[in-house]
Amino acid sequence: MDKVYARDVYGQTLVELGQKDKDLVVLDADLSGSTRTAIFQKAFPDRFFNFGVAEQNMMATAAGLASSGKVVFASTFAMFATARALDQVRNSICSNNFNVKIVATHGGITVGEDGASHQALEDINFFRAIPNMKIIVPADGPQTREAVICAYKNKGPFYIRLGRSKISSLENKANFIFGKGQSLKEGKDLAIIACGIMVQEALAASAILEKEGIFAAVVNLHSLKPLDEDLLVNLAKNYKTILVCEEHQVTGGLFSAVAETLIRKAPVKVERIGIENVFGQSGSPKELMEFYGLSADCIAKKAKKIFRQ
Amino acid sequence: MENKIKVLKAKANQMRKLIITMLAEAGSGHPGGSLSSTEIIACLYFDVLRHDPKNPQWPQRDKFHLSKGHCCPAVYAALALCGYFSEKKLLTLRKLGSTLQGHPDRRTPGIEVGSGSLGQGLSVSLGMALAARLDRKDSRVYCLIGDGENQEGNIWEAAMAVAHFKLDNLCAIIDYNRFQIDGRTDEIMSLEPLVNKWESFGWHVIQCDGHNIKELLEAFAQAKTIKLKPTAIVAHTVKGKGVSFMEHVVDFHGRPPTQEEKTIAIRELEEIAKDEEDLKNG
Repeated sequence: MDKVYARDVYGQTLVELGQKDKDLVVLDADLSGSTRTAIFQKAFPDRFFNFGVAEQNMMATAAGLASSGKVVFASTFAMFATARALDQVRNSICSNNFNVKIVATHGGITVGEDGASHQALEDINFFRAIPNMKIIVPADGPQTREAVICAYKNKGPFYIRLGRSKISSLENKANFIFGKGQSLKEGKDLAIIACGIMVQEALAASAILEKEGIFAAVVNLHSLKPLDEDLLVNLAKNYKTILVCEEHQVTGGLFSAVAETLIRKAPVKVERIGIENVFGQSGSPKELMEFYGLSADCIAKKAKKIFRQ
Repeated sequence: MENKIKVLKAKANQMRKLIITMLAEAGSGHPGGSLSSTEIIACLYFDVLRHDPKNPQWPQRDKFHLSKGHCCPAVYAALALCGYFSEKKLLTLRKLGSTLQGHPDRRTPGIEVGSGSLGQGLSVSLGMALAARLDRKDSRVYCLIGDGENQEGNIWEAAMAVAHFKLDNLCAIIDYNRFQIDGRTDEIMSLEPLVNKWESFGWHVIQCDGHNIKELLEAFAQAKTIKLKPTAIVAHTVKGKGVSFMEHVVDFHGRPPTQEEKTIAIRELEEIAKDEEDLKNG
């Protein structure tokens, strides 16, 4: 299947929703071309507001709009949506449980050449700790559409994290259900859990492992909050080891979420692939995925090591 | 007008007594800025704002947002006197399970949006004003900002944006009592020239005595007539206004009166009310 930009899908889905709901408004902070909210702006210029380079103002304004009955989508890069505007998101949006959907693009190391200042690697950690906030990291284009519609339909604040690069669509996956993971592949020896672009890598790693006689299940855990605890407990029953893969620091993201659940409900060995508490740097997305140990090859290597221990 | 001023003066006096009483009962909280903003809030709730205490969600209402959230005792006093909830409720301020939180919270009838983390309220008000324009409502939005709060960058991001969007339905009031928790604003982080700053950001600025009801009402009336730009009322006030030993005393920014201080303060406020009454009766 052709590769698409998840952010293109986001912009198109906004238009689709905006046609049906005139209370839907979209905000951006001088990155509308990159986040693709410009697609919405073109269709509904009166319901689009650009705040310039001022993310804190955008987020607190989103709260005011939501308090007046608007469904607000606010977009910028993941770095600035989370770290820059954290207090505004916590105190003005989440503590009031307002209908603000933060859809951030350029999450993760695959931002690439822009380097460390623009590579959001702590965003999920920041938002996961805030009550009322719900988090989805879609794995491909079609799932991005489902995630955006889900955030629109469900009350309260949402964070949807999208990447910068084009991604291919996953085949044969079940329907998207918010809060429920998707089993993409059955296995025998271990289970790999991933979200976002790491799902593709996990599937590719599983194919590599299969050639060597290691059968790894693959799960797409697109909903990070709330987390599919039942699925995790079931995985722990069936697999001795679980390997969590994320394009995020190993603190506070998917690995932490999975480990926090399993340590309480079904202790089992949980290993991790992620950014090991370092800042990123410039490079092509492919180079960075290799360098920081996130690629399919790296996942396969780690899985083999775990399996043979 | 004369009668209206008398009524509002009396309301402000009642509010001050409630502020002192609830803070003494709570044992913590912020009297200084609550007392400096009393007349501003009295004018809004008892004259300027279009609102209905029996129907807090009335779609056509004007909106008030307290950006300087720590001064909520003044707003709670006004809300109680308006009938949003009972005066007795004020004694639960800051107590576990109370609808009257230490900083504004949506669980309180009449509070639109919670606040407390400084600098965000003008943005929240901007959102309300944009929504009113989108919905073609003639509702106005009023936002009370502290002077120290002007040190927050978010205030200026919002100031720039409100002017950019030409939101003449938004009126900001700056409670310029010249003190913040660590001392005088001049010494901690100078705000001057404050009026020029707001003007240069594209706002129509009105200065007034923030304890003079007539001047405040005139400022609010003028703000309504200004088109295509927002209005900022720089209200010159006295921190701790109305209680002799609290006026200009930085310690009372964030310290409540003791029971003894409360008794003296209430006595003083009752004397002021009596003098006003005597004046009225000639």
